[in-house]
Amino acid sequence: MSRAETVVGAAEVRVSRGPSPLWTLGLLRNEIGMTFRRRRTLVLLAVLALVPVLVGIAIRVQTEDGGARGGPAFISLVTNNGLFLVFTSLAATLPVFLPMALGVVAGDAIAGEAGAGTLRYLLVAPAGRTRLLLVKYASTLVFCLVATLVVATSALAVGALLFGLGEVTLLSGTTVPLAEGLLRALAVAGVVALSLIGVAALGLFVSTLTGSGIAAMAMTVGVVITLQILNTIPQLHAVQPYLFPHYWLSFADLLRDPVYWDDIRRNLGLQAVYALVFGSAAWARFTTRDITA
Amino acid sequence: MAPPSSNGEDGAAPGAPVIETHGLTKRYGSGPPAVDGLDLSVPPGSIFGFLGPNGSGKTTTIRMLMGLIEPTAGGARLLGEPMPGAARRVLPRVGALIEGPALYGFLTGRANLLRYDAADPTADPRTRAARVATALERVGLAAAAGKKARAYSLGMKQRLGLAAALLRPRELLVLDEPTNGLDPQGMREIRSLVRELAADGTTVFLSSHLLDEIEQVCTHAAVMSRGRLIAQGTVAELAAGARGRLAVTTPDTAEAARVLKEHGLTDLVVGEDRVTGELPPGPGGAGPEAVGAGGGPDPAGMGGGPDPADLNAALVAAGVRVRAFGAERASLEDVFVALTGEGFDVAG
Repeated sequence: MSRAETVVGAAEVRVSRGPSPLWTLGLLRNEIGMTFRRRRTLVLLAVLALVPVLVGIAIRVQTEDGGARGGPAFISLVTNNGLFLVFTSLAATLPVFLPMALGVVAGDAIAGEAGAGTLRYLLVAPAGRTRLLLVKYASTLVFCLVATLVVATSALAVGALLFGLGEVTLLSGTTVPLAEGLLRALAVAGVVALSLIGVAALGLFVSTLTGSGIAAMAMTVGVVITLQILNTIPQLHAVQPYLFPHYWLSFADLLRDPVYWDDIRRNLGLQAVYALVFGSAAWARFTTRDITA
Repeated sequence: MAPPSSNGEDGAAPGAPVIETHGLTKRYGSGPPAVDGLDLSVPPGSIFGFLGPNGSGKTTTIRMLMGLIEPTAGGARLLGEPMPGAARRVLPRVGALIEGPALYGFLTGRANLLRYDAADPTADPRTRAARVATALERVGLAAAAGKKARAYSLGMKQRLGLAAALLRPRELLVLDEPTNGLDPQGMREIRSLVRELAADGTTVFLSSHLLDEIEQVCTHAAVMSRGRLIAQGTVAELAAGARGRLAVTTPDTAEAARVLKEHGLTDLVVGEDRVTGELPPGPGGAGPEAVGAGGGPDPAGMGGGPDPADLNAALVAAGVRVRAFGAERASLEDVFVALTGEGFDVAG
């Protein structure tokens, strides 16, 4: 009996000292650490890092026999300055590879935990449903940023190796020093990462709907691809400005002098709306759902 | 069994039930409710057995208690506070194993526990590593802590799940089928762990479909059948509800049956070399304290009819050669069959 009292007493002392508000960040740190230690994440990042290598080699091979033959705006510029491989690679990965990788991570966020049964233990820990959702969204956003930086860094390295670096001639014709070019490349990577916050919220919402991680991943990627296709059908011109991929390639406007902000602003505004709408939907769904898995 | 002295500022008053439900009901779709009007009361300091066949609503009840699913009607209080409303305050004081362990296969056993502990915003990160090590030690997994959880056997997973429930000192442990997948040695270890925790003042709520297991460790029990609570009380009270039978092994079965009938035994069953009968209810009845939680024949469990010693003397006086004489104690299985009129099978 006296033993019982000491145990309970000790527990109460601990509770009454009160948890520090910072402790709540422990789960976020754990989640980010877990995300980037998973082999799946590392494979996704490795594939993303490989894209600039392939693009760089392709351009190198193509330009060796007869020089640039038109092609997308960036490609002819890449041969003059390796830095442009960063923009080319981001433009190549943003429509498909980046959202797909993100769809895997975001779609699996809640559904994967539900499927493995670990969700119930996190919730009785108690992680708190809103807190867990915020942690999942935050770690997904960190993944967006890291994935974008992986593409950019890999592209910069490959570009420097194959084509060399130098002064940067912007799309508007102005020439700026390499340092400013690098700064603009960093800004481009930032905008690309922010372009993905809408997809991230969509993926998280889909993830709260099902108990199967695979189903959530497939559905998220499916929605992204469908919207991309809709975005190219001329008859749907009226709705296209409301589709989240519509302004994705506006990041190129950062390479003008002066920077042309309108479409970038529209892009970020649209992403914020998507993040808000799907974030709220995910919250409404997740905080009221019966956890039976 | 001493009740824990829960004199915490926000805790329940001493002696108040640790788990209390009123008309707790869960209905999925239009079918019959999975849980129907449950009024459960778990006294502090008890080892409470929650008994019922598969599909009787035990797990649904536990999920409602833990705030994982919303009741259709009624409510539940855990440690004196309403669930799921007070989940953030209550659940750190509750350890749980629900429907078997769930682990991250790609993490080590230790990393699994670190993650579950990090999920609790009131768990001190400065003591995290030490508490995880202690919990692993306690369930006998210290040596396997560095292995990936996907390489664990079912029994090891079960132990790791238990360790997660023991990461902090808990006032209540909710254990859903804790010995599933364990070998007999593992089951013994879990039982002694449960007794040890209860001795420290933790209330243990233990669900099981194994009557034997409940009988061995529990002080109290509740019986579920088809979503309804059909009985609850101390194990002794429940077992007293179904009277035990007197069994006599003898070659002279006919004579033995006659003598026993004379002494008021009913429902006599005559076998090849064995006669069993039900003792008449005596004036005193069986005291609740009479039937211990321990096994073995227990004369007092038969009710308060004629003294078995007199019966034996009468048998011998009548020339009946008695090979064996004793009471068959009423088991919880008898109670269950008596209460439901059915076997201990999966509800349809």
